[in-house]
Amino acid sequence: MPDQDPPQPAVASVEQRVDALQGALDARGLDPAKAVEEFTHLADEQWAPRNGARVVAKAWTDPDFRQRLLANGRDAVAELGLTMPKHHRHLVVLENTPTLQNVICCTLCSCTAFTIIGLPPDWYKDLEYRSRVVRQSRTVLKEMGLDLPAEVEIRVWDTTADTRYMVLPVQPPETLGWPEERLAEIVTRDGMIGVARL
Amino acid sequence: MDGMHDLGGKQGFGTVRYTLNATAFHAPWEKRANALHSFAVKLGIYNMDEYRHAIERMEPRHYLSASYYERTLTSLATLCVEKGLIPREELEQRAHGIFPLATPSAPGRTNVATRERFQQGDRVRVRLDYVPGHVRMPGYIRGKTGVVVSESPAYPFPDAHAHSVEAVDEPTYDVRFRTEELWPNSADPALVHVGVFQSYLERVE
Repeated sequence: MPDQDPPQPAVASVEQRVDALQGALDARGLDPAKAVEEFTHLADEQWAPRNGARVVAKAWTDPDFRQRLLANGRDAVAELGLTMPKHHRHLVVLENTPTLQNVICCTLCSCTAFTIIGLPPDWYKDLEYRSRVVRQSRTVLKEMGLDLPAEVEIRVWDTTADTRYMVLPVQPPETLGWPEERLAEIVTRDGMIGVARL
Repeated sequence: MDGMHDLGGKQGFGTVRYTLNATAFHAPWEKRANALHSFAVKLGIYNMDEYRHAIERMEPRHYLSASYYERTLTSLATLCVEKGLIPREELEQRAHGIFPLATPSAPGRTNVATRERFQQGDRVRVRLDYVPGHVRMPGYIRGKTGVVVSESPAYPFPDAHAHSVEAVDEPTYDVRFRTEELWPNSADPALVHVGVFQSYLERVE
């Protein structure tokens, strides 16, 4: 009979592991509590889809801005006071048309233009979306409630570098002539990811 | 590395668990994990390529079973230990249990010497490179042919940047592939655009 293995210590819970890291950083005088507070403020208040919604609404109502936005997204959103992290050196805005649907994803991790379209939702980071949307785009979109007519071409954009993408949805015809502020209210995060039409 | 993270085109996963107005966070610890990671990047403890690579280096069973923010947490902890900032023993003592970390890193590489500049419309092939360290080439495009649509500004070369290897910044090319060529007779017809680093590409004459 082999000797019995001694009892193994259990894996710490994720909460215990976060506490451990925060405690270790705190013990080194780095003030992680303040960093958590600052991040929470940014995540809850600043990095929201309403930023991208303002960009979309302006692009719908101002053709010159739309041109600038499509030519250089980063500079154009800066006109609205919106910033991106330093390492996001390029923002590419993907214009949908009645016969073209752009969809963004990140198969390798979960990169997004989070300061513009908001932090990515849970399903965007899940294994299902990451594995399937590049290969089965039409099927996946249909499962998610977007049943595209056959004549609509699909382009999937895999965020494999630090270039960031956002989709410029088609303006619903019934909203033509609406003021910018009202238009911004109908733009959704999922529309800017490209899994929904407005 | 051909790791578990390289999910594009993998089969067997089910329906996307999609809900309207889905949130980014579901528990307070998730926000703290993300905050501490952002803090570490801000302090210069590691860069984003090192961060992504430490996630890729998670043991595959751990990677698949961990939630998104557990992966963030594991990468953060792994890099704090590897950089000598916090000993693993201290983390486990503070956590009152085992603190699973990522597996060790393989060597990185610098830019490919024979890389070349491409123009819009050029036909390119993704090199048949098998890279042991960090790489931002999804496996589903390896060896595949596409068309250059545009060029990005230059970025740090991830294969080097994740490993403290000297390299120059290089652009990525937005390369358009057809799913029918990526997965013949086994995909919904569509175009897939991938941001491909210059070093990963060669010209198709």
